[in-house]
Amino acid sequence: MATDLLERYEDDLALVKGAAGWTAVLALLGALAVAPLLLPRLGLGYLLFIAVLAAAHVVVAVGLNLLVGVAGLISLGHAGFVAIGAYASGLLMARVGVPWYLAWAGAAVASALFGFLVGLPALRLAGPYLTIATLGFGIAVYQVLTNWTALSGGRMGLPVPALPVYVSGLSAMQHLYYLAVGTAALLVWMAYNLTRSHVGRAFVALRDSDIAAEVLGINLTRYKTLAFGLSAAYAGVAGAILAQALRHLEPQAFTFLESITYLAMIVVGGLGTVSGAVIGGVLLTLLPHYLSDLKQWLPVVYGGVIMLMMGLEPLGLYGRWVRIRLYLRLWPL
Amino acid sequence: MAPGAAVVGTLAQALGPAAQYAIGGLATGSLYALVALGIVLLYRASRILNFAHGDLATFATFVAFTLLGRGAPFGVAVGVGLAGAAAMGAGFYAVAIRPIREGTLLGQIVMTLGLALALSGLMQVLWGAQTEVFPFPLSQTRVYRLGSLVVSEISLGTIAAGVVLMGVLYALVQRTRIGLAMRAVAQHPTAAQALGIPTRRIYAATWALASALGGAAGILLAPVVYLDPFMMLDPFLKGFAAAVLGGMDSLPGAVVGGFLLGVAEALFAGFVSLTFKTTLAFVIIIVVLLVRPQGLLGREYRRRV
Repeated sequence: MATDLLERYEDDLALVKGAAGWTAVLALLGALAVAPLLLPRLGLGYLLFIAVLAAAHVVVAVGLNLLVGVAGLISLGHAGFVAIGAYASGLLMARVGVPWYLAWAGAAVASALFGFLVGLPALRLAGPYLTIATLGFGIAVYQVLTNWTALSGGRMGLPVPALPVYVSGLSAMQHLYYLAVGTAALLVWMAYNLTRSHVGRAFVALRDSDIAAEVLGINLTRYKTLAFGLSAAYAGVAGAILAQALRHLEPQAFTFLESITYLAMIVVGGLGTVSGAVIGGVLLTLLPHYLSDLKQWLPVVYGGVIMLMMGLEPLGLYGRWVRIRLYLRLWPL
Repeated sequence: MAPGAAVVGTLAQALGPAAQYAIGGLATGSLYALVALGIVLLYRASRILNFAHGDLATFATFVAFTLLGRGAPFGVAVGVGLAGAAAMGAGFYAVAIRPIREGTLLGQIVMTLGLALALSGLMQVLWGAQTEVFPFPLSQTRVYRLGSLVVSEISLGTIAAGVVLMGVLYALVQRTRIGLAMRAVAQHPTAAQALGIPTRRIYAATWALASALGGAAGILLAPVVYLDPFMMLDPFLKGFAAAVLGGMDSLPGAVVGGFLLGVAEALFAGFVSLTFKTTLAFVIIIVVLLVRPQGLLGREYRRRV
C-alpha cells in the first residue's frame, strides 16, 4: 500500500485513486459494456431485463440517498416521484410524440418540480412531520393515478411506445440496456461529484443540525428544496427507465411498498454513501429473482434484513467493506 | 323567490344529509382517535414514530379472528389478540429499539419500518392475502332512527367502545401510579430514572399499551372493512393525520383530532368527492403544519441545536 502517500493536491481531489482504483473502474465499465453482447450467447438473455431494472433502481437509490443519507430528510413517498417520472415520459412519448431523450429529460423536470413543491413545506416540517408529509405525497400520487383515468389510463394502464433502434444488429433489449446503464453510470458519477462539492457539504450540515447550519450561513430554503428537487429528478429518470423496461404502466407498480423497498436499498447498501446506494440497488434487484422460491417470504426477509442492518451495521454493506479494507491495510496490527 | 331564501332553503336541505354524514364520521373518527392515541402515547414518551403501529393492530385482529374461527368466545378471542399485540410491541422495544436508543431518528424510523414490512409479510404468509369476513356481535344492517337520522348498531357500538377505551386510558394515565410514571418519563427520562422510576420497564409498558390500543381499533374496524393484511394502512395514516391535527404530544388532542378528521372526511366524501377523501387527510396535515405546527392542543413547538 505504498500509493497511500499523495504527492499533489490533485491526487487528493481525484475521484478514482491510484492504479488499482483505475483498474477496478475500467474493468467494471468494460464488463458492463460487454455483458449485453455476451449474455444472450450464454443463454442468460433474461438477465438483460434485470440489469435494466437494476439500473433504474440504482438511479432511484442514489437519488434517495442524496436526500435521506446525505441531507437527512426522510422520504417515504419516493415511489410517487418515480411514478410521476414514469407517467410523464410515457405520456410525452405516447400523446405528444417527442423522442425518448426529450421524454426522459421531461420526466426529470416534472419530478423535480413536484420535488420542489414537497420540499417547500419541508422548511416548516422537521423529522417525523416531514416523513408523514412525504408518505402522504406518495399515497396521493397513487390515488390520483388510479382515479384520474383520462390522464393515466387508471387501472387499465398506459402503454409506452418502444424506443427506435439506432444501431442495427442490436436487439431492443440490448439497446435499452445501453441507454439505461449509460444513464445510470452518468448519474452515479454526477452524484459522486455532487457529494464532494459545496452543495453536498451543505446537505451534510443540514443533516447534522439544520439550525446550526443556518447559523453558519447555509440558506435552508435553497438547500432543502434543492435536495428534494435533485432527489426527485433522479427518481424521475428512474421512472422513465422503468417505463421503457415495463412498456406498460399501472399505478400498482408505485405503491407504498415500493417506497419502503427503495429505503431498504439505501439502508442495506449504506446510508449516506453513493457506493452504498449502488450496491443496495443492485442487490435488492437481484435478490427477488434468486429467491423466487421464497417469493411469499420476501417482505419478511426485507423487513428482517432492514432491522438487522440497522441494529448491527448502520453503515450498511459499504460500511462493512470500508472496515474490511481498513483491516487489510493495517493487517499485522 | 329572492336569492337569499333560496340559499336558506338549500342549506336546510343540505343539513339533513350533513348530520347523517357527521354521525358516520363520528364512528370512524373514534377509530382514528384510538389509533392516534397509540401513536401520541409513544411519541410523547420516546419521540419515536411507530410505523408498525397499523401492522401490530392488524396482527391483533388476525389472532382474534383465528381464535373465533376455532370457536373461542368473543371476549376471550379479543383479549388474547390485544395481549398478543401488547407482547409484540413490548418485545420489539426490548429487542430492537432499546439497544439502539441512542441511534438517530432516522435509525429508529427505519427500524419500525422494517418491523412493519416484516410483520405485514408474515401475516400474508400465515393468513393469505385474500379478504376475510370478521364475525362481530353487532350488526351493520340493524339500524336505529333518531328523528330523520339513521344510525347503524355498529356505528353506535364503535362510538361507545371508543369512548369507553378513551376513558380507561385517561384513568390509567391520570389516576394510577404507572400512569404517573409514564408521564414522568415522557417529561424527562433522565430525571425520572434518577428518581428511581424503572424507565425501561415504563417504556416497554408504553409500547405494550399503545399496541393494544391500536389492536382495539383494528378489531373495531374489521367488521366494517374486510379483514386482510393491509387493512390498517389507511386508518393508520388517518390516525397520524389526526395526531398531527391535535398535536403530537397531547392525548386530548389526539381524541379531538380523530373526531374532527372523521367528521371532516365524512362530509368531504358526502358532498365533494368519495375517491379523493384520503388525500384530504394530507391536505389537512400540510395546512395545519403551515398554520399551527404544534397542532390544535399541542404545546409550543420548539427545538434546540
